[in-house]
Order: sequence, then structure tokens, then C-alpha cells
Amino acid sequence: MREVDLAVVGAGPAGLTAAIEGAKRGYSTVVLDMNPRPGGQLIKQIHKFFGSREHRAGTRGIEIADTLFYEAASAGVEVIVEAEVYAIHDSTLEVVVQTFAEDSLILPSEEATTSRSRPLSIAARRIVLATGGAENALSFAGWTLPGVMGAGAAQTMINLWRVLPGERILMVGAGNVGLIVSYQLMQAGGEVVAVIEATPRIGGYGVHAAKIRRAGIPILTSHTIVSASGESRVERAVIAKVDASWEIVPGSEQELEVDTICIAVGLYPNARLASLAGCELHYFPGLGGWIPVHNSRMETTVSGIYVAGDLSGVEEASTALEEGRLAGICAAASLGKERAGDHDEIKAIEGRLLGLRSGPFCQHRQDAKQELIGIGEAQCPQQ
Amino acid sequence: MSPAINPPSYPSQQELRNAPGYPSQKRLEKGPVVAIECIEEIPCNPCEQACPQHAITIGEPITNCPHLDEDKCIGCGLCVSQCPGLAIFLIDLTHSQGSASVAFPHEYLPLPKEGQTVRAVNRAGEPICSATVVRVQNPKTNGQTPVVTVAMPRKYATEVRGILRAQGGKKNGG
Ligand SMILES: Cc1cc2nc3c(=O)[nH]c(=O)nc-3n(C[C@H](O)[C@H](O)[C@H](O)COP(=O)(O)OP(=O)(O)OC[C@H]3O[C@@H](n4cnc5c(N)ncnc54)[C@H](O)[C@@H]3O)c2cc1C
Ligand code: SF4
Ligand code: SF4
Repeated sequence: MREVDLAVVGAGPAGLTAAIEGAKRGYSTVVLDMNPRPGGQLIKQIHKFFGSREHRAGTRGIEIADTLFYEAASAGVEVIVEAEVYAIHDSTLEVVVQTFAEDSLILPSEEATTSRSRPLSIAARRIVLATGGAENALSFAGWTLPGVMGAGAAQTMINLWRVLPGERILMVGAGNVGLIVSYQLMQAGGEVVAVIEATPRIGGYGVHAAKIRRAGIPILTSHTIVSASGESRVERAVIAKVDASWEIVPGSEQELEVDTICIAVGLYPNARLASLAGCELHYFPGLGGWIPVHNSRMETTVSGIYVAGDLSGVEEASTALEEGRLAGICAAASLGKERAGDHDEIKAIEGRLLGLRSGPFCQHRQDAKQELIGIGEAQCPQQ
Repeated sequence: MSPAINPPSYPSQQELRNAPGYPSQKRLEKGPVVAIECIEEIPCNPCEQACPQHAITIGEPITNCPHLDEDKCIGCGLCVSQCPGLAIFLIDLTHSQGSASVAFPHEYLPLPKEGQTVRAVNRAGEPICSATVVRVQNPKTNGQTPVVTVAMPRKYATEVRGILRAQGGKKNGG
């Protein structure tokens, strides 16, 4: 059994920053991620990011992933990829590692084609869960046909594997993910036939919608998908208008010739591992669904287990970076070596998070977070 | 059948005129200046740092809309490629006698060529006039966001926001 001071699950922006803070304070730190490449969502984000300068806005997500990984490696963090954590009990993580490389830093290698799985148990004094979010599904007639996929899956196909999933695409959902993935599908050479959105409003940022529109793609609000059909895969989709009570307006159906239907109807926190570990969950629709209850130090109802990033509320990379840092500092501080500057650093992070969660798009997240932390302060272990 | 309804999902002229990032007609007449078409309070600020003249301000909180000091803007165009929302356009009403130029980010391949005649599109993606490609700039500092400048009759300058994309080799028969 391996023993470490800090084990982090998930090598996205939240997990990597948490690990960096742990390692910087001299604690042995390991990050486990089931993907072959560290970076989480960032590795498929080829667009320039939003957010503030401190969060490297204006830089493409993929480049942020590389910088973070480099920073983590230089701080002494051990990152193990292709390693899925499938259980946590008594401060022990049960991991299945899919490659045959040894414990040291494992980078995706072209040679490692004959994958072999091997179990690994890691006893950790503190754990940070940063398992991110997962895509919501949408069921409609024909939704199991090949050609219907999550927008995230389509994005992974084009940006990581360079495979265009289809030539004529219908995007369901006009939040930021739907808008950005539509744009990237066009960049990859696909034709996006329409973006439809069931609510009367475009949920994503206007600037993203504007760049889709000037490429000539219609965004149809108050529209839903009725069905998909085709011989052995999607060949067409029927969409229709919905009224204020979400009922389909009779006679408004129209058929679109498409071979791919991408679903971008939101993400939910990937809380399975947290739940297995015994963390109490609470339902917050504004933050994506069931979320591990945590206090202001990001500690859950299970002493020693912390959370950060999309797992603790679906937000953005900028907030994930800050929360990861916060969780890392607090987890490290609880191991005994609180540093002189920790208090000020925590205050600064809280200030930046408050700024990121302001404005008409983000204020509701601040309100929900505050409520969540309020519950957490009462239920989670006291310092 | 193609979809029938296109609600405007881009700012109207009215909204733009009221936004703090849009230059006045008077300033536009004087020569190159940027139009920042970012009118929602989103958490974003790279444009602020991009301008060496400090003509763009966001300040605190980060959700403020970008404010353009139109007298400070010298029309260098450096900010155009730095905006992740691709929402900044450089407009020059004084490009030549009777013609204006508009520069916009263009992240599609193949890139147009200088001197080429293209169809210019408005904010709804509708072709509204033909235009000549004046410049295609893609230095390293653009971070792989090429900026294309096109010239067209002056009256279209407040409408043109892009060009029809070249249809890259569409496959036949799958
Ligand atoms: C299309 C799109 C565009 C976006 N654009 C922006 C933007 O412009 N600006 C911005 O700030 N944000 C943006 N975001 C949001 C941002 O990417 C996410 O909020 C951010 O990545 C969340 O970080 P995270 O570390 O919490 O999780 P993730 O990045 O999702 O990482 C979680 C990691 O955990 C791993 N994992 C999960 N379970 C296990 C397990 N059991 N064992 C091992 N590993 C596990 C996963 O493999 C994954 O690598 C965008 C998101 C999408 C989908
Ligand atoms: S065009 Fe140049 S001077 Fe004007 S706002 Fe942009 S960067 Fe600043
Ligand atoms: S960088 Fe672009 S999207 Fe971001 S605030 Fe400035 S103008 Fe708006």
C-alpha cells in the first residue's frame, strides 16, 4: 500500500491547483486521473478562455492545461494518468491503473499500446476530490440512434482525436457549451444546421451567440427536439416550437436533414466517488444538481475529504482554479503546517471568487454557494 | 426545409450605441477606431490589458462592460485578436475615398488571400456586399487568431462583421 500526505482525484484545473498547493508546502502529493492526459476539460478547449487575466483568460484552454501540469510537476506533484479511482474507504483510495508503467510520473506514451490494468491502493492523510462534471442526457424518440451524442463527446472527437462526427449537425442547447462546441464543429469543417434552445433565451454569453450567428447559423429559441430517425443511424431530426408551458405547439414541427445531433443541456457534478466515500450530498439545481456539502474550507462532511471545481458546483475553469487552490491550502494547513501567509492567501482567493460570481450571469451561483457553505458550516467537521 | 425563425442573437444598433465600448459617429469619422460589441456583464477582461494606450477599461468588478475611451484609441488593432469573445472590430471610415475598412477575427481555414474579392456578411451572417481583402494578419502574438481586414463601400461599415467562409472540400457520397 502506498502512503501519501495528499491524494487528489482528477487532474483538471481544480485538482492540479490543489495538488500544487499541497506539494508547495512540502507534503507528498499524488494526483490520479482516468484520462490519458492531465488537464481535465481543458485539454479539449481550443478556444481562448474567458475570465480574468489572473486566470489566464485570453489563453486557449489546452495551453492552460499544459502550464498547470508543468507547474505541478515542478512543484513535485506525482501525476498518475489512466488511473481510475473506483472506491474510497477509511482514507484509502482504490485505483485501477490501465497502463503497465510503474508508479513514477506516467505520461501518455505512444508505445504503451498493450494496455494492462493493475490495482493500486493509496492510503492518504487528506483527499481532495476534483472529479469535475458530467453531461446531462436528454431522451426523445430515437435518442439511442448512432449519431446522437453529448456535445462534450463531439468536442473530444474533433479536438482530441481529430474525427469529425458528422457533416450536418443539429446542436440542442444554446448555453456556452452548445455555442462553443457549435463554433468548434464549424472550425473542424462541419456544417451546423441549427442551434435550438427550449427556453425563450439564449443561456450562453451573447458574444458566443454572435459569432455563431455571423457564421450564418440560426439559433432557434423556444424550440425542442421531438425525434430523431434513420435506418441505422441519424438521418433526420424533427424539431418543434414550445410554448410558455413547455408544450409543443401543434403544427410547428419541421424536419431537418442532419446526420449528427449534439446534446448540450448542461452538466451535473460528478459526485459518485464523493457519495461512495460517504460525503453527504445536497441538491442545488442552480449549481447543477447533487453536490457534496462542504464548508468554507472546502471540507466535506467526511473529515479529511475536500472537494473543488465543477464537483462542488458546475461553474468555470476560473472558479475551479481558485477553489482547487483553496482546497489545497486548507487540506495542507490541516496537516499541521499552517504557513504565515495562508490566512491572507485564503482571503484573497475568497475575494476573487466573489468577483467571479457577480453580475447577472453568475450572481445566482454566489447565492447558491453561500447557502451550500451555510449548510456545510453546520454539518462539516469543525477546525 | 431550413429553420424558419432567427431571433436576433446579436446586439442591435440601438444597444450598441448605448454601450460604453462603442465609438461615437464623430470619432468614427475621424479614422480607425475599435467598436467593442460586448454588452453583457460577463466575467471577462483580457481586452483591458491588450490595449497599450489604456483606452479600454473594465476595472472592478470584472463583470463590468468594457469602456472605450475613444480619444485614447489610436486604431492600432492590437486588441482585436486578444478578445476571447471575438467581439472587437476595427473600423476605418477613412480607408479611401468612398470606401471603409473593417477588421475582424477570423478563425477558419482556409484563410482568404489579400486582394481576393469576398462576400461580406452582417451580424446575421447574411451576405450584404462584396468586399476586397486588404490584409490577413496572423503574427505569433495573435495566439492563432488571424485578423482579416476587408474594404467595402462606406455605408456598409457599421454592418459588415465577417465574410462568407470558404467551403473547405466537402466530401461527396460519404
Ligand atoms: C465546451 C466548454 C467550454 C468551456 N469554456 C470555458 C471558458 O471559456 N472559461 C472557463 O473559465 N471555463 C470554461 N469551461 C468550463 C471548465 O472547463 C470547467 O469548469 C473546468 O474544467 C472544471 O474543472 P474541474 O477541475 O473541476 O473538472 P474537470 O476539468 O472536468 O476535470 C475532472 C477530471 O477528473 C477526472 N476524473 C473524474 N472521475 C475520476 C475518477 N473516478 N478517477 C480518476 N479520475 C477521475 C476526469 O477524467 C477529469 O480529467 C468550459 C467547459 C466546456 C465543456
Ligand atoms: S485599437 Fe489599439 S489603441 Fe484602440 S483600443 Fe485597440 S489596442 Fe487600444
Ligand atoms: S475581452 Fe472581449 S469578451 Fe472579454 S470583456 Fe473584453 S470585449 Fe468582452
